[in-house]
Amino acid sequence: MAITEENPGYKWVGTRPIRPDGLDKVTGKAQFGADLTLPGMLFGKVVRSPHAHARILSIDTSAAESMLGVKAVITGSDFPDLAANGAHPMAIDVSHNAIARDKVLYEGHVVAAVAATTRELAEAAAKAVEVSYEVLPHVLTVDEAMADNAPLLHEGMITKGVEPAPDQPSNIASRIVHERGDLEQGFGEAEVVVEREFTTKPVHQGYIEPHAAVADANSDGRANIWCSSQGHFQMRADTASVLGVSQGTLKVTAAEIGGGFGGKTVIYLEPIAVRLSQRAGRPVKLVMDRDEVFRATGPTSGTRIKVKMGVSNDGKLTAAEVWMAFEAGAYAGSPVGAAGMTVIAAYDIPHFLVEGYDVVCNKPRVAAYRAPGAPMAAFAVESVLDELARSIDMDPIDLRLANAVVEGTQASYGPKFPRIGFVETLEAIKEHPNYTAELGPNQGRGVAAGFWFNAGMSSSATVHINENGTATVVTGSPDIGGSRQSMALMAAEELGIPYESIKPVVADTETVGFTDVTGGSRVTLATGAAVVDACRIVIEDLRARAAKTWDVEIDQVEWVDGQAQHVDGSQPPLSLNDLAAKSGRTGGPISANASLNARGVGAAFSTQVCDVEVDPETGVTQVIRYLTAQDAGRAISPDYVEGQMQGGVVQGIGWGLNEEYVHDENGNMENPSFLDYRMPVASDLPMIECCIVEVPNPAHPYGVRGVGEVGIVPPMAALGNAIKDATGVRLTDLPMTPIKVLEALNEQSD
Amino acid sequence: MAQVHFSAGLRELTGGLARVEIQASNVRRLIAALDDMFPGIGERLSEGSSVAIDGEILTDAEFEPVPDDAEVHFLDILQGG
Repeated sequence: MAITEENPGYKWVGTRPIRPDGLDKVTGKAQFGADLTLPGMLFGKVVRSPHAHARILSIDTSAAESMLGVKAVITGSDFPDLAANGAHPMAIDVSHNAIARDKVLYEGHVVAAVAATTRELAEAAAKAVEVSYEVLPHVLTVDEAMADNAPLLHEGMITKGVEPAPDQPSNIASRIVHERGDLEQGFGEAEVVVEREFTTKPVHQGYIEPHAAVADANSDGRANIWCSSQGHFQMRADTASVLGVSQGTLKVTAAEIGGGFGGKTVIYLEPIAVRLSQRAGRPVKLVMDRDEVFRATGPTSGTRIKVKMGVSNDGKLTAAEVWMAFEAGAYAGSPVGAAGMTVIAAYDIPHFLVEGYDVVCNKPRVAAYRAPGAPMAAFAVESVLDELARSIDMDPIDLRLANAVVEGTQASYGPKFPRIGFVETLEAIKEHPNYTAELGPNQGRGVAAGFWFNAGMSSSATVHINENGTATVVTGSPDIGGSRQSMALMAAEELGIPYESIKPVVADTETVGFTDVTGGSRVTLATGAAVVDACRIVIEDLRARAAKTWDVEIDQVEWVDGQAQHVDGSQPPLSLNDLAAKSGRTGGPISANASLNARGVGAAFSTQVCDVEVDPETGVTQVIRYLTAQDAGRAISPDYVEGQMQGGVVQGIGWGLNEEYVHDENGNMENPSFLDYRMPVASDLPMIECCIVEVPNPAHPYGVRGVGEVGIVPPMAALGNAIKDATGVRLTDLPMTPIKVLEALNEQSD
Repeated sequence: MAQVHFSAGLRELTGGLARVEIQASNVRRLIAALDDMFPGIGERLSEGSSVAIDGEILTDAEFEPVPDDAEVHFLDILQGG
């Protein structure tokens, strides 16, 4: 079901053709990060810290270097000291996260790396590197890190956002606050006030393809890098910064990518591979195994969140008070800022105070994960909303409808909302048969909603018209969610030629203009707008060439259905094929570039309802029915939009029911494999039913909003609300494992 | 005059002021004018903020025009996944 405000009569946009990358992927031809092999290539291996927090006293590489077949051994001393060079603090953190200098801040932190002629030899050489540590006390959670006299990760860390600035360092990197109205007045106007405290654990993005990079350094200082990432321009910039070289010396080619979800916007292996290649004089491949992915790459934050909200008996929210602390991992930069901006953004609440803290601890530096920060915040607020609805005996969707933000509402984070589709997603769920389907014994239903900003940023595109009238669409956006298909569909719509006549290509950093990362749900909007712009330049050129051919003014030429037509029909139409075949006579090859900083970002909302069955004897929660409604603006490629919606929900179900990092008392992760870190698989789940809502973004040529992130925001709260409905118990600590459910049921019965 | 709104976090740099009115032709000049009024706020806004003008959130908006009666908010830079 889709709600469409208008029917624009598109021929290609909104269709479901075969995906352009499909055949290569199912036949094994697609080249992922680990697939590339170069002549003379060496195999690299990284040496990682076994300690959560320790001072590096010495590193002895002599034994490794003396091994036959070992071609290079490097440590942090092989990289420039960015702090001494006056670099931005964030650049210093990126560098120190890539390879430790004087301290290791988490188990898995890189301390050295080797390159050797075989993988087995590289592993043996890595083991031969002797590192002497002074083990330091560690902190793993926000509670431990914020405690008085907690061990400090960074001795110079003074909390930002507090006036006057503290005179003592702490593990609190920064404080954020959003405030409006008068809390006391707001809670005074409430008939019901609910206050709850929530905790969530770090969870990993869980991409199937581990990080991989191949580097081939030349003797003149230039280097080629092939890697799996969400943004090869970002990889180039960060790698150049860590190496202390100009970006222009590095060429980065995007490999096919096997999942990212935010986690592949970060460099890990790239600068290590380049330095090893420079030292060895040969290409070097580095590939993480799953253990390394878990121990050393960014999950999202564990959190503690306190929420207090008030409501009147007629369902109007009167006040909200939110306190949040987010784990940042080893370096500042948790998504608490976005959490603070999103936590109550879906609702029009007159009085509120939102306060958040970014807290470092001895875990891997967190990385973005779909709508970073919003899912944890929504788990807390959407659970409390459920409690409020129950308290005043109101339908949970009606409560949300009574307070939903609409066009013109002043968002809690500042500006007024433009045209948005939150109400439409709520209504879509309420009208769906799932919402009134009969429930059986031990079954319950939960509703939750979510908001995400989406993003614009910079993108480039080039459109080449081939001699036979087909087109090549070149962008710099790695395709992690179907962007090649959506680019091809929009280009087909613009040019008026079949989708199958367009080949979408992701080009390297020297072949296409700068493009920001594939993240923030921005590619279909921003890179799509660049593709549309480039196509429109091409069409202008084609009209001019037709005018030249007919010896008429360009305003006598229209571009309709893939061909130039004279406005009065006095000339036989010229197809794209005709014009391309004779392009040499009319000015040469037909090609156009477009680059832009995208405007008109359209915010996204999702409302979801799930039904669960809870086994009262085992505490196991089974999801039996799940429906998600999301405002896509316009679904350029409905197959991929549904895939994004389903993927977000499934990851949210894992986050809600199963996934968590488990550490021992030494700060070592105990479950770094997919066997013990339990992500949902197909057999765990029902079909995730999708309802694409289309409230077109008026600022985009095709109404696009972006769909990749908001789908993961509501699931944890929807699950918690459904478990409450099924059992009567409210779970406030993720994941809601069978043990926790049983404990809560036992407490209830005591 | 554009109406510039400050988040609670920024109000620590504005002496508690939640809103000011400023005439500026673009975002860069607006930030410069704000820095004259509240020394130090310019660096914070230039490095760590995106800007919303009449509801549209913009990044790298230094040369973005600021209409006379615009509503302007500075927001934390966001990271997407």
